[in-house]
Amino acid sequence: MSTPTLDIQDLELGFKGYTGFTQVLHGISLSVNPGERVALVGESGSGKSVTARIVLGLLQELRTAKISGSVRFEGRELDQMPRRERHALRGKAMSMIFQDPTSSLNPVFRIGEQFHDVLRRGDAKITRADALSRAAAILAEVSVRDADRVLNAFPFQLSGGLNQRVMIAMALANEPALLIADEPGTALDVTVQAQTLHLMRKLVEEHHTAVLFISHNLGVVREFADRVYVIYKGRIVEQGPTRAVFEAPRHPYTRALMAAVPRLTGGGIPDIDEDSPDFAAPLEIHQDGGQS
Amino acid sequence: MKRTFAILTANPLSLLGLILVFVVVFSAVFADFIAPFPEHSGAVVDFANFNKAPEWPYIFGTDLVGRDLFSRILYAYRISLILGVVVLAIAVPIGVTIGLVAGYLGGRTEYLLMRMTDVFLSVPPLVLAMAIMGVLKPTLANGMLAVTAMWWPWYTRLVYNITRGEKEEGYVLAAEVIGASRAHIIFREILPNCVPAIVTKMTLDMGFVILIASSLSFLGLGVQPPTPDLGSMVADGAKYLPDSWWLTIFPGLAILVAVFGFNLIGDALRDILGAEQ
Repeated sequence: MSTPTLDIQDLELGFKGYTGFTQVLHGISLSVNPGERVALVGESGSGKSVTARIVLGLLQELRTAKISGSVRFEGRELDQMPRRERHALRGKAMSMIFQDPTSSLNPVFRIGEQFHDVLRRGDAKITRADALSRAAAILAEVSVRDADRVLNAFPFQLSGGLNQRVMIAMALANEPALLIADEPGTALDVTVQAQTLHLMRKLVEEHHTAVLFISHNLGVVREFADRVYVIYKGRIVEQGPTRAVFEAPRHPYTRALMAAVPRLTGGGIPDIDEDSPDFAAPLEIHQDGGQS
Repeated sequence: MKRTFAILTANPLSLLGLILVFVVVFSAVFADFIAPFPEHSGAVVDFANFNKAPEWPYIFGTDLVGRDLFSRILYAYRISLILGVVVLAIAVPIGVTIGLVAGYLGGRTEYLLMRMTDVFLSVPPLVLAMAIMGVLKPTLANGMLAVTAMWWPWYTRLVYNITRGEKEEGYVLAAEVIGASRAHIIFREILPNCVPAIVTKMTLDMGFVILIASSLSFLGLGVQPPTPDLGSMVADGAKYLPDSWWLTIFPGLAILVAVFGFNLIGDALRDILGAEQ
């Protein structure tokens, strides 16, 4: 088997605060293979987003954060890489999509300008004209028809869905090996979200990009991911191929999470303990039904 | 830009501001051509016509050594505007840079820079300027220096507060994620978002700088004679109120026109650019 694009082993994270030390991640392990779409699912505060930030090296710079464990990108330990090399990975080999597309774009620059900045990360000497035509080509891939208008617009002049597509196009502009999507489109309405996710799925398949998809939305995860990790209170409690996990959730927390999904039919959302002791049960791994 | 101008001229108050500022700038720039007695801006004496009430050709009257007040006011505008522009040209970049750096980097850098700013802010501005002018020689250059020293912290405060807010915006995080440098984030991502507030404050401040400079001159610490200055003209004339009222009233009105004009424009810009603060 080839080296995983992203391989996290025993990652621990704690924050030193005024009131003492808070452990956030209790040794989580996960891996994403080249071209694979992996989802990390959990409730708010379970440690999903901080994991993404560690992968991108954003938390390491914080003095109050204490991190241990190993994060390997394409087989290389991120921690042992020189600062400059690690920095060079960002925006080129890995990139990220955020929750709110509109606020993730700088309001005072035109989209074309921002595309130019992004493409300059991949090719420092790219000219404005080249950047704009490249941008138009990528935008066409995310089904943006009038690319010229979009490139000439400011972010607040575009709809949320359009901004989201722009974000996806930007994130994939430099052909990254790994794309981290942190609850993409949560700020959008559901139909637009579904549309853009569909586009994103098509695009990562074509570009063979590995995706770490962070979400609390199980419906979306089921649609999008090949493999699922369920995270609860800083621990991975269940992992396996999407179908296996959804059809036969084994861990009590996963079952509770599934039960909490609102349905169109049926009798509403069941009562679930905020914090059942069962949830601390050990890791469940689905070995059957999937290739990993 | 076009839009801004259109809105400015649509509102009667801001249109008035625009006209006042235009008159002030025009008279400062073309003082040589407008002034009936250009030589009166220097050390000239004409005792035949001293202390005259307004009458042709001395439309604003003459001062105690017979110089045309109108001519002197035009030249005083020139000094005031240069002072305002120079002060802001120095104070704004310094203040803005410190505010951006402190706001974005945070931690110890922020603590150090902002406490330093607080020290400057805690001294009453006029007192600080007087102290500086007292130590140095009271010349025009030192006057600018003194006003600059008391002016930059306000920009630091303003920009610091905006930066603290913008720092949490998604686009800053996005820039960090794709590996933009700190300098890029500070000056190319955050600074452009502060520009409306900075421009608005600069327009408002133009009037206040003129006012402060006049106050300093009024106290005898600003521009020195025989260079014409609105503040010192008011100060000189005040001794002869109410008999020689024109000595005080006209320079006073001149200050009013300039400050009022800039403030009107500043207010209008604040509405247009939607800057808080």
